[in-house]
Amino acid sequence: MLSSILPGLSTLVKRGLAGWLIVIGAILVVAIVVMTAISPWIVPYDPTEIPSSPSILASPSTQHFFGTNDLGQDIFSRVLSGGGIMLQISILSVIVCLAIGLPLGLFASYAGGAVDRVVGLVMDSMYAFPGLVLAIAIAAMLGRGVVNMALSIAVVYIPSYFRVIRSQVLSIKEVTYIEAAKAVGAKNHTILTRYILPNIVPSTVVVATVNFADAILTAAGLTFIGLGVPVTIPDWGQDLTMGQRLLTSGAWWTITFPGIMIILLALGFTLMGEGLSELLNPRLEQ
Amino acid sequence: MTLRTYVIARVLLTIPMILILFTMVFLLIRVLPGDPVLLHLEKHATQAAIEQMRRQLGLDKPLWVQYFDYLFGLFRGDLGLSMQDYSSIGQQIFSAFPATLELAVFSMTIAAALGIILGTQASKAYNKPQDHAIRIFGIVTYALPVFFLGMILQLTLGLGLHWFPVGQRFSPMVQTPLGLNVGSFHFSTGLYTIDSLLEGNIYKFIESLRYLFLPSLTLGLVLSGVFVRLTRSNMLETLRLDFVTAARARGLRENKVTYGYALRNAFLPVLTMVGLQFAALLGGAILTETTFSWPGLGRYIVDRIYFRDYTAIQGAVIIFGIFVSIVSLAVDLLYAYLDPRIRL
Amino acid sequence: MSGENKENSHLLTVNNLTVEYWARRGRIRAVEDVSFSLDKGETLGIVGESGSGKSTLGLSLIHLVPYPGRIVRGTILLEGQDVLKFGREKTRDLRGRRLSYVFQDPMMSLNPVERIGSHFVELIQTHEPKVTKAEAMIRAKKLFKDVGIQPERIDDYPHQLSGGMRQRVMIALAIALNPSLVIADEPTTALDVIVQAKILDLLNALRDAYGMALILITHDLSIVLERSDRIMVMYAGHVVEYAQSADVYRNPQHPYTQGLLKSIPNVELDEQTLEAIAGSPPDMLNPPKGCRFWPRCYCPSERCKKDEPRLVSTEQDHYVRCSKYGRGE
Repeated sequence: MLSSILPGLSTLVKRGLAGWLIVIGAILVVAIVVMTAISPWIVPYDPTEIPSSPSILASPSTQHFFGTNDLGQDIFSRVLSGGGIMLQISILSVIVCLAIGLPLGLFASYAGGAVDRVVGLVMDSMYAFPGLVLAIAIAAMLGRGVVNMALSIAVVYIPSYFRVIRSQVLSIKEVTYIEAAKAVGAKNHTILTRYILPNIVPSTVVVATVNFADAILTAAGLTFIGLGVPVTIPDWGQDLTMGQRLLTSGAWWTITFPGIMIILLALGFTLMGEGLSELLNPRLEQ
Repeated sequence: MTLRTYVIARVLLTIPMILILFTMVFLLIRVLPGDPVLLHLEKHATQAAIEQMRRQLGLDKPLWVQYFDYLFGLFRGDLGLSMQDYSSIGQQIFSAFPATLELAVFSMTIAAALGIILGTQASKAYNKPQDHAIRIFGIVTYALPVFFLGMILQLTLGLGLHWFPVGQRFSPMVQTPLGLNVGSFHFSTGLYTIDSLLEGNIYKFIESLRYLFLPSLTLGLVLSGVFVRLTRSNMLETLRLDFVTAARARGLRENKVTYGYALRNAFLPVLTMVGLQFAALLGGAILTETTFSWPGLGRYIVDRIYFRDYTAIQGAVIIFGIFVSIVSLAVDLLYAYLDPRIRL
Repeated sequence: MSGENKENSHLLTVNNLTVEYWARRGRIRAVEDVSFSLDKGETLGIVGESGSGKSTLGLSLIHLVPYPGRIVRGTILLEGQDVLKFGREKTRDLRGRRLSYVFQDPMMSLNPVERIGSHFVELIQTHEPKVTKAEAMIRAKKLFKDVGIQPERIDDYPHQLSGGMRQRVMIALAIALNPSLVIADEPTTALDVIVQAKILDLLNALRDAYGMALILITHDLSIVLERSDRIMVMYAGHVVEYAQSADVYRNPQHPYTQGLLKSIPNVELDEQTLEAIAGSPPDMLNPPKGCRFWPRCYCPSERCKKDEPRLVSTEQDHYVRCSKYGRGE
């Protein structure tokens, strides 16, 4: 597998800055995923267990690389294993978005006319609405849990997919070869799958990466407000929330390390999105 | 399209959009799995208690009656009653709103200013290290969770260096700004900065700015990335235009060329972006207010979530939506007025 | 070029100027190895098609080659000083004051949101800070008289003036501070024929009145044949012919120059077949091997296709870059 990845990497890097962005972003994401996956085997302490004789709020040391929190838990271990929830939520929300947003965008804009107008208006209203507020409202109604969070985020993001797909479809729809295909009697669904779908893939991928980054940040935000997941599972967002109460004690390590991890994960996806977008729509800066 | 046509069309467009939002939120609370009343009362959910609450909040009426009642209530400023203590939600929102408005204005100003300054710098140092550094700054600020940044700033600038106060909106030892008081005429906006100026009290003015600084800086930094990118690309384009080269050929100073000539072209897009970013601003404001214990609409929502006060959440979310729509409308109209293509 | 010892006595001496652009796909030598000189009161006409490098040459004289272009070699001596070695502030100071530039399209070169008058005030006050706004406006109105615009127009915005008037404004701005050299890049291309002649005559009249040197950059040989003292023909970044205008007219030596002459309509001839020069300008990323003009030449030899000819002197003050004359090595 490695032998097929390396040539791919080298072609990417040759494409200049854009390629580098994608590579660095992908490395960040993959590294974090791997780290989270193997965490059960490499954590020095059990991240969920509350030790019986805790050393509370100990600053970073050789025993506890990242220090301990107010329950005496080792923060290093929690950092290693805390990414799981966020990754699950973001993957799930992207899947839901694609499952709903993609067909919706395709059909509505391809059909045109009143359908397109109405759906477009609804989507525009949702798009104009502050995303986080809507997510909060939905999450508040649905309650806690990974699936509910993913759904709240997904609903907020569907309009973005819709917009991007719609603009792509509209520009392709009137192109001559589509008319030619229709003249030969091609069925609508053939046109959609054979001609239109492949053309919207690049833009959709770009939106999806940004979606990932946003999902992570939104999930962290929702957790911070108290709408996240039950306390027992280690989660970076959760650590940040708990850390906020400890601010005045000056225990900076309780929030810094989990926070940096969130940033790295979001950054990874953002860089990939930047690189992909640059690659697919090169900015003419000359 | 003339200016007048545009204005009318734009205003008319806002109405269905607000209505759609209103309907969405309305249905959200009532249609999603889980009866709000049940969820609220939880353990204390006796049949009698449920029915009493329903009646008092008007939730026992048929759906379409509730819909129109609520809609018309909106015009009167009546947003229903809080589940927690049956007090007027409209009142609560009204008193929490100014704090958010103040935060929003200052944050957006910081974001735009930072964006313009850094974006211009980057465009002048095209492809050199300074340019790359600024672009990276733009990307990183986007990936930064706003509440994390808030906490870091509180730790370092607030608790560490003691440069700025944390945890409140105003000094607890000083009376809050009073606004204008002339005889029996009383006018206050709820915006501490303005009210203290109206009162003529410079000390209070400075204090309100001190408390305002960290939250606005936090939110402003996170939003600035978009403005940096926008200004940079705009300036790059404009700086290549002929009259800029001609100005240079006449030996005009670089500063004059950059700021006097090129920056004027970057201004309008920034204005549009302010309108577009406003929604994101409000979202970030919720988190910022929570981090800094800022008593605005954002923290109001978060508190209401904790108390499972769904009618209050509904009201606040709708107000958010209306606020964003109005600001977006205002920005669009202002842009139409300023854009020479439409005006001339 | 015209004797090493006399370099310091010329107003402007350019030696071996080379300007490159770095595009994504490769390197373009827009100007290669160009040398010439100019004296006070003289007019030099630089002729070439688009892509010949003439505009780039003009811009490099005021050190304003746009990114990604760079001057990689050569010296530009203005009154004995190499202006390429000037620091940023010194360069800025000499622009508009000792050297000035008139751009091709006056609409694009004037600031659309500023009145004409304020362009002058800005210019004068930048270089002579002690001048008040009122004094600057008086000077501006006098300049208007010199270039033939009614002084009331000073309060207008650029879009309110006709093309010819705007170009006069540009010229007025160019001579405002009494520079030693004015460079005019296609000053009449955006104008109609009648106005063209007027503007060109104006430029020469101003040259005499103010004692300046003038460089006219154009693609139209006919414009400079009568109005310049010397002509420099450029092709694909190279100087291909450089001589006094009368000599260029009577005895054009480079095939390209000959082609240009043949394509000028002459009212006085009864019958004339206009001949265009075959082919199109070369791809500057991969210019032809050997002489860059050979694909369009009417008599290319095998040597032309292999070796790039050097610029040689064929008679007094007449230089050609063609392997037909002198040794090509």
